[in-house]
Amino acid sequence: MAEQVKVLGSWGSPFSKRVELALKLKCVNYECIEQDLANKSQLLLDYNPVHKKIPVLIHNGKPIVESLVILEYIDETWRHNSIFPHDPYEKAMARFWAKFIDEKCNEGVWKIMWCKEEERGKLVEEVLQHFGTLEGQLKDKKFFGGEEIGMVDIAANFIGYWLGLVQEAIGMELVTRDKFPVLCRWMDEFVGHSVVKPILPPRDELLAIFKARFNATAWEY
Amino acid sequence: MADEVILLDKWVSPFGMRVRIALAEKGIKYEYRDEDLRNKGELLLKMNPVHKKIPVLIHNGKPVCESNIIVQYVDEVWHDKAPLLPSDPYLRAQARFWADFVDKKIYDTGRKLWTTKGDEQKSATEEFIGYLKTLEAELGDKPYYGGEKMNYVDVTMIPFYSWFHTYEASGNFSIESHCPKLMAWAKRCMQHESVSKTLPEPEKNYEFVLQMKKRLGIE
Repeated sequence: MAEQVKVLGSWGSPFSKRVELALKLKCVNYECIEQDLANKSQLLLDYNPVHKKIPVLIHNGKPIVESLVILEYIDETWRHNSIFPHDPYEKAMARFWAKFIDEKCNEGVWKIMWCKEEERGKLVEEVLQHFGTLEGQLKDKKFFGGEEIGMVDIAANFIGYWLGLVQEAIGMELVTRDKFPVLCRWMDEFVGHSVVKPILPPRDELLAIFKARFNATAWEY
Repeated sequence: MADEVILLDKWVSPFGMRVRIALAEKGIKYEYRDEDLRNKGELLLKMNPVHKKIPVLIHNGKPVCESNIIVQYVDEVWHDKAPLLPSDPYLRAQARFWADFVDKKIYDTGRKLWTTKGDEQKSATEEFIGYLKTLEAELGDKPYYGGEKMNYVDVTMIPFYSWFHTYEASGNFSIESHCPKLMAWAKRCMQHESVSKTLPEPEKNYEFVLQMKKRLGIE
């Protein structure tokens, strides 16, 4: 029986793109079913009743949710082109940094996007510290995964591509080349990667959405 | 060469308890160090410079941080005894999902029960009960989340049983009345020495929280 792989996702979502990137790196064919997040489909609600969120990977009819959980599943199911290290200690480190990216970097930027003006200074200081910590992990490696993209690079995709657009939309620079030269070098490598580049959402469309959302909430800087 | 395993922890931490239970299930000998979190030691700061938190497992000098990551590490290194994750990738994904659910929902909402009052506390209590009911529904009629044996999800969740009394007393509600099956599951887990010898007495936990509240100036 032919394998059936579907992704319930959204064209602009970095979490959705994590899953697609992992599948592409493993050369797994899949069907992407675009979800309207303002009007959630019965399919999405059936397959992710707990969180009602995308992405959802559906493999031969069985759903897997939460992007980092999905990445582990993908690596364990399609064992070629590993995205996780094999060594248990290195694997623990990869999991640690993926969690750090989600909870400190991405969450930090998210808070800045929606915070009150008086809170902004402290939040910016905190997130810059987190970016510095993350940058320290790169050292002279091409990717977090070494010579090739690994799970941590995939987890950092928001920083790799979306962050630049968010900064432009809100008129605020967090990660700049002079402050974070190593991280910016990684961002260039990441978006230029032959498997990453084709699946990145179109820049102008994404930027327009961010700008519209921030204008609607009367962002003031 | 014998393994050197050190655990930097705090007796009342549900996150630390997860690691202690996993180590006990696998019969791993380790040195337990109870840390003073108000005056963090050099070793803790060196081994977890990013978060400066417990638990930290130090295995042959190398630190592993974040409780669920430590438990998975322990399961992978000492894989020949008492496996906590199944071998099937789909079942592993389900286990990881539920462990992630516990991680994201239980502690933070539970904390609101003893740090807030009035409407905020009431709303947190309702939210908390909702999460417990979701977990109870997932358990279904199984004796454990792992089926016939405790697994990664059981280990992630059971430490909060020692905190139930604190939550109930703070929010003035009964978990048993809302989730009898979950309570039955907890008592079943407590029959395991790895759990009963790890979880502190609920009263001791409550006393600790009351002292902390006083110190933090929370009524």
